[in-house]
Amino acid sequence: MDGTDRRLIDRLQDGFPLDDRPFQAIAAELGLDEDDVILRVRRLRETGVLTRFGPLFHAERMGGALLLAALKVPPEDFERVAAEVNALPQVAHNYARDHAFNMWFVLATETPEGISDAIAEIERRTGLTVHPMPKLAEYFVGLRFAA
Amino acid sequence: MELNETDRRLIGALRRGLPLVEHPYAALGAELGLDEGAVIARLQRFMERGLISRFGVVVDHAALGFDGNAMVVWDIPDADVEGVGRMFAGLSWVSLCYRRPRRLPHWRYNLFTMIHARQRAFVEDRVGVMTVLADSVVQASAILHTTRRFKQTAACYGTAPAAAGEA
Repeated sequence: MDGTDRRLIDRLQDGFPLDDRPFQAIAAELGLDEDDVILRVRRLRETGVLTRFGPLFHAERMGGALLLAALKVPPEDFERVAAEVNALPQVAHNYARDHAFNMWFVLATETPEGISDAIAEIERRTGLTVHPMPKLAEYFVGLRFAA
Repeated sequence: MELNETDRRLIGALRRGLPLVEHPYAALGAELGLDEGAVIARLQRFMERGLISRFGVVVDHAALGFDGNAMVVWDIPDADVEGVGRMFAGLSWVSLCYRRPRRLPHWRYNLFTMIHARQRAFVEDRVGVMTVLADSVVQASAILHTTRRFKQTAACYGTAPAAAGEA
């Protein structure tokens, strides 16, 4: 990854134009060629630096739902529980964190009812209590990484 | 917003991301039987209605060297939590800030912040600053460093095109 890749990643985190030649528009802004921009994005995508390229949908406004939830997993059971949780397609993210509540995951479902079904399924498979941590207020979402 | 079948197919086709070609919206439309202008118009409408929260790239932050990420949680009196939430939201190193319910007796924290950093020491230093800034009302806080990432995928919305897997 060189300086141009980094500039490109920084720019692309700010949004992408709805224009018939969007890569050309980005290239013009950054003083690059359209072909070069497309090749670089392809390479960053293939090497996994970019995990996704395109629109991210707002779950609630799509009629769906998102929920952050936590589990307190006995350390000796951790691998088994992680495998069970990760196997559910409704689990979009899952992280281990150093706390008694040591597993944190995000459920994303197409309907609000899908959330309670997923919780019940996780509790059934793991034998553990899921602690839902619903969003009560959102003060800021600005997830962005300086490349 | 009521989505019709074409909208759902478009959203499903976008699970794989946007085609990386000169005319990405035309390429997407070709799969769905829509012309370039129709795809752009539908996406424009999704943006205007707030169905798209962000359009661009999602980076693998670990690949960029962000290994010191932490969820930092705070126990703030309910009367003060909104003010502190708004103040924390204005700090450059805070990337997410939400109010969530306490789960007593096991979980006393009602304000959640996420700090993405290249090093853990950075997180600890910034938490110190935040504690000073909100000193009179912070009853407790905890830093939950991320130790492993098991899964990080996009949600599966829309109608998936046949034989197309999630990238």
